[in-house]
Amino acid sequence: MSVLEMKNIKKSFGDLEVLKDISFSVDEGQVVSIIGPSGSGKSTILRCATMLETINGGEFSYLGRKAAWEENGQVVYAPKDQLREIKKDFGLVFQNFNLFPHYSVIKNLTDAPINVQKRNKDEVYAEAKELLIKMGLEDKADVYPYQLSGGQQQRVAIARALALKPKMLFFDEPTSALDPELTGEVLKVIKSLTEMKMTMAIVTHEMKFAHDISDRMIFMDGGYIVENCTPDEMFNSTNERLRAFLGKLEGGY
Amino acid sequence: MSIMVMLKLLSAGMLKSISIFAFTLILSIPLGMLVAFGRMSKNKVISNIIKIYISIMRGTPLMLQLLVVYFGPNLLFGMNIAGYKYPAIIIGFAINYAAYFAEIFRSGIQSMPQGQYEAADVLGYSKRQTFMKIILPQVAKRVLPPVTNETITLVKDTSLAYALSYTEMFTLAKQIAAAQTTFAPLFIGGIFYYVFNFVVAEVMNFIERKMDYYK
Repeated sequence: MSVLEMKNIKKSFGDLEVLKDISFSVDEGQVVSIIGPSGSGKSTILRCATMLETINGGEFSYLGRKAAWEENGQVVYAPKDQLREIKKDFGLVFQNFNLFPHYSVIKNLTDAPINVQKRNKDEVYAEAKELLIKMGLEDKADVYPYQLSGGQQQRVAIARALALKPKMLFFDEPTSALDPELTGEVLKVIKSLTEMKMTMAIVTHEMKFAHDISDRMIFMDGGYIVENCTPDEMFNSTNERLRAFLGKLEGGY
Repeated sequence: MSIMVMLKLLSAGMLKSISIFAFTLILSIPLGMLVAFGRMSKNKVISNIIKIYISIMRGTPLMLQLLVVYFGPNLLFGMNIAGYKYPAIIIGFAINYAAYFAEIFRSGIQSMPQGQYEAADVLGYSKRQTFMKIILPQVAKRVLPPVTNETITLVKDTSLAYALSYTEMFTLAKQIAAAQTTFAPLFIGGIFYYVFNFVVAEVMNFIERKMDYYK
């Protein structure tokens, strides 16, 4: 079954139509990368899926539970308590980490599981420590975000999202704020998640990385999905717009 | 009149000044928080009313506001204002300072990056939890320097209570100075203010250092 299913999603900001007609799904255990030029709507589709933005048309659902749909041409969202349940299905990693600066690393990881999910404190702390070991940050539990490098902060942000045990993780350009060295350490962590069969949707500009870890790749341009195929098909595509985009990436310097 | 007698009289007056200071602070900070919310309200009627209120509080002299708060009820409704002087001073100061604090709190809340709200939303925090656990602690740290400024100004503003012929410390100092034709009580008054503000600044400094464990 699809973890996420998006159908005919439309989104405008004022007069600007950012998403014109977007449909795709992400199956359990699948890794989907979304690529495309700036302004193509790839971050917006992620923000719609994570309900940071409201859609203007179409419908989407998580694990068969509808989050939003159209009724008489108007988009309606599920009732609040249902949305709260649906939101438990996914986590999001931001480009700018958005850690809570006034919380230590371990508190960043444990506060939501304890105070939002009302889980057992000892259990949550034990799991959080394990997550930090996986991220290679076991010695950073008690430091504050400002004391960490960007790469470390992003790994904390990934751990924070995982601490809530989501069924699916979204990444919104997770390495765009990092230098190449720090990018490597974050990509390694994301790659390790594919080995755990984590369902993921990743908006990224790291083409080689996307090719290596993805089951499917989506190329967006001008608010539409131009290609939705396997990584190999993507890189061998004859679509002119796609070739121009990939060509610029490789030889644009 | 000996210096010792002056000191004794002025100390008693200083207690009155401190009581105005303390009650104003205790009332105006929570009130300022409420006003800040009203100012940011999506309800246009509420936010516009609050805007006018802030504009009047900041745009007219505190002394005049004290007079209006004290005499207004009598002039408008024929209310008996005997024994109302001290409450009127506290109300006048509190609603004036609440307006200033509200603008400080509003700027603090609006300076919070949107990403903090978004991260909290995706992690499942309720609106209330987001504000109390994520936003408010960070806002408190951000607004501390301007709040310190206002607090120090308030110490000195307590002397405006003389407008309602309330003899707090400085009014008393002026009376003694006039009666005894000496500058000494005014000088002592100045020292009192300075020492009190020094303590206020040190306390605020201490709180600032306490909050300095993160950036």
